[in-house]
Amino acid sequence: MSQQDFLRRLPETGRSLRRRDRLQQRLHIDFTLLLLLLAVACYGLVVLYSANGQSLPGVQRQGIYFLVALVGMMVAAQVPPHLLRRMAPWLYLAGVLLLALVLLMGIGAMGAQRWLGLGGFRFQPSEVMKLATPIMASAYLGQRLLPPRFKHVLVTLALVSLPALLIIQQPDLGTALLVASSGLVVLFFAGLSWRYIIVAVVVVLASIWPFWKFVMHDYQRQRVLTLLNPEQDRLGAGWNIIQSKTAIGSGGYSGKGWLQGTQSQLDFLPEGHTDFIIAVLGEEFGLLGILFLLSLYALIIMRGMVIAARAQDSFSRLLAASITFTFFVYVFVNAGMVSGMLPVVGVPLPLVSQGGTAIVTLMAGFGILMSIATERRRVSRQE
Amino acid sequence: MSKGQTLTIARWRVWLVALAVLVLGCALLARLASLQVVPDMAQGYQFLQGQGQARTLRTEPISAYRGVITDRNGEPLAVSTPVETLWADPSILLRVPERWNELARGLGISESELEARLSRYSGKEFMYLERHLPPQAAEEVLKLDVPGVYSQREFRRYYPAGEVTAHLVGFTDIDDRGQEGMELAYDAWLSGESGAKEVLKDLRGRTVKELQLTKSARPGRNLTLSIDLRLQYLAHRELKAAVQRYGAKGGSMVIMDVRTGEVLAMTNQPAYNPNDRSRMEPGAMRNRALTDLFEPGSPMKPLTVMAALETGRFSAQTRFDTSPGYIQVGTKTLLDPVNYGVLDVTGIITKSSQVGMTKLALQMDPQTVRDMYYHLGLGQSVGTGFPGEAVGSLPNHRRWSPIQRATYAFGYGLNLTATQLVNAYSVIASGGIKRTPSLLRVDEVPAGERVVAEPLARKMVDILSHVVTQEGTGTLAQIPAYPVAGKTGTVHKVGVGGYVDNRYMSSFVGMAPTNNPRLVAAVIIDEPSDQRYFGGQVAAPVFSKVIEGALRLLQVPPTATTNGVLVKGEPKKEEPWS
Repeated sequence: MSQQDFLRRLPETGRSLRRRDRLQQRLHIDFTLLLLLLAVACYGLVVLYSANGQSLPGVQRQGIYFLVALVGMMVAAQVPPHLLRRMAPWLYLAGVLLLALVLLMGIGAMGAQRWLGLGGFRFQPSEVMKLATPIMASAYLGQRLLPPRFKHVLVTLALVSLPALLIIQQPDLGTALLVASSGLVVLFFAGLSWRYIIVAVVVVLASIWPFWKFVMHDYQRQRVLTLLNPEQDRLGAGWNIIQSKTAIGSGGYSGKGWLQGTQSQLDFLPEGHTDFIIAVLGEEFGLLGILFLLSLYALIIMRGMVIAARAQDSFSRLLAASITFTFFVYVFVNAGMVSGMLPVVGVPLPLVSQGGTAIVTLMAGFGILMSIATERRRVSRQE
Repeated sequence: MSKGQTLTIARWRVWLVALAVLVLGCALLARLASLQVVPDMAQGYQFLQGQGQARTLRTEPISAYRGVITDRNGEPLAVSTPVETLWADPSILLRVPERWNELARGLGISESELEARLSRYSGKEFMYLERHLPPQAAEEVLKLDVPGVYSQREFRRYYPAGEVTAHLVGFTDIDDRGQEGMELAYDAWLSGESGAKEVLKDLRGRTVKELQLTKSARPGRNLTLSIDLRLQYLAHRELKAAVQRYGAKGGSMVIMDVRTGEVLAMTNQPAYNPNDRSRMEPGAMRNRALTDLFEPGSPMKPLTVMAALETGRFSAQTRFDTSPGYIQVGTKTLLDPVNYGVLDVTGIITKSSQVGMTKLALQMDPQTVRDMYYHLGLGQSVGTGFPGEAVGSLPNHRRWSPIQRATYAFGYGLNLTATQLVNAYSVIASGGIKRTPSLLRVDEVPAGERVVAEPLARKMVDILSHVVTQEGTGTLAQIPAYPVAGKTGTVHKVGVGGYVDNRYMSSFVGMAPTNNPRLVAAVIIDEPSDQRYFGGQVAAPVFSKVIEGALRLLQVPPTATTNGVLVKGEPKKEEPWS
């Protein structure tokens, strides 16, 4: 009896496992990833309520954005990778055209021209390029013999540089950085030869000075100088970084408690609900609160790496690795700039900072990851 | 694998990226830890927490409540009410010119005026917008939420008795510091000690939360004056009426309690409203009863007589022939209004005879007279501590000329305040004991200092009670059911080039009831411009009305005897010395 029971149970467990797998495949949803994303989003909304001056409408709006983004993610998850690969050139082309359009007839705010007006709705084409660029690069290199030859490397570099340069013109250094890194990481994973890497590093180092002198805008130079010595301009460019450091430092181990942060609640912290939201988190929940969020991010990144490792073709694998790594860059650049490690480049904290377009793009990226994750099973089912 | 090649990412590339992620992640953590938890970093959490507090924590003063001034029965004479003062930070307010119109309307001033004031304070970080607003009015302006506009709790002083106690109580300035009167004299006693509290302020400088009280404000102590507000009202009303009726320039009245030396009433004309000092004239501010000196004239005669009787060489019955009604002293001729013939000492006082007085004085050592004056407190501070209290002058001539001896005896050539005069007469009233006049309530009766023997003082009361009989100059000072004693005075005022013919200072000093004097009072009327100017005509009736009411209010039992039949006719005239 007991043995039979035991035997009976085992296949049951296996069947339920398979049932979950089948459900994931049918929906093209990766439950682990979804769970982690929801956790980050909920945590983010709690912090946002505090950062937004305890206004519920702001949080509700962000919640709605998130739901929209969730739908976007699911839609993206339904697109099979091979279809995405075929769409890649068109997506890329459309994105570049929109970027060009922004420079011609975009809407400006705070000295930058980043948006396109679509009948009362504002749209930021550079966000599209955060996905279109790695998709294009992966599609291009995925069809080539790897590791890529010199010609292919040059073409990829051109594909990556074009949108990055267009975005720099807006100017939006932070997004340009993300777009460029999302493309370059594809190149790296595609097996870029060491020689190229060394040459690139040398070129980059050599071009720092001309870049500083001719390409960067005054305010960007100011940001770098401010990073090196925030005290030199306490009330001007240094204010943001001094305030965010003060807020983070005030938090200590466990923080002052939700809604209890003085720097954030009393308006001393600028941009507390957007780029500098991690300072609010740091002040109110302390180091432990930040560690919790960073752990969630780390789990998402690890899950992304697993998906990349299990991807079934070069295009999928490169794209999954790029999306994951770009996500890391996102987190690192934001946390680094708020804590005063990196210059202020205007990168929001993914899934937490207030803002609609960024969340939709990010979630669409995760949708692609999920599509790649469930594609493997589709292939295995065919066998 | 059915489709094309599948890339195998070289293991070292994966590790390299994982390593990069790990290293960067650790760097980030190290950075956060150095900001948040690692102790003793150059810019670690201790420093940053201090910075954070420096931005939000402020210590603010709490204004202390100023003590209440009351009369002897606890009636409030000066109280503090909380008010709101609006102030602005011009450096912030200047940045929002579009809100000025709104703010100016809220403050009830024109926008151009606000603009002018703002431009005067540009570059500053503090300016008053409106001080001492009622809390609701301030609340309305604050509700406009104009950046850079704040409020501050202050106290405003109100004087319920208004002009009735104005001179004595004085007033405070807008910063709640005593400026005049008792408010100034007892400023340290009345004002409390400001406290401090720790508050949380936001970026715009608004107080968000009060965290803790670092030091509680110590409220000021209360001050109980010797004044009886009922008597004060009475004295004020009658003095004001008299000053108006006789077209006088001013006047004073002081009432003192014989038993304790407490001043029960002290009032002056002209007066002012301490609650609205916008139309106040500087002259109206003086507490004349304590600050203004005058030549007393006839009220000094009884004091000279007291000195004479004390020598034992004279008695109340000692006779002097005042015929023919004038006397030549040196180059001066001193005269009586009529020839009084032979008068005894009592008669000299009753009729206020210059000739009789002169004859008495010329037989006396002038130093004796001066000593008596001095013992009675003349030429010295009465010790009230009141700001601007005058001392007066009591000259001591090395060699007395005959005219000096004579004029000194009837009150010229020296000056004093109304309070000093009352104080001197209180010695007579109290049976020879001198007490320091007090403006504060005295709970323990001071022993005082014996200045003259009791029988002599009693004798003087008796002599003075003749003044208010039909025979005397102070008939109108009589009070039904209370016998009165006192002395009238009418002196020429000093003007350019000596005494002026038609400007007088009229007075009456007296006490009641004579059998056991309770109150001493002096009434001074400055320059009555009406036909009537004699002390017995203008000052004595004020004394009568006020002291009658006062004795009833103090429930002093009436006496069967009065100064004979009440006379409502014209009193005997005394001629001012000329």
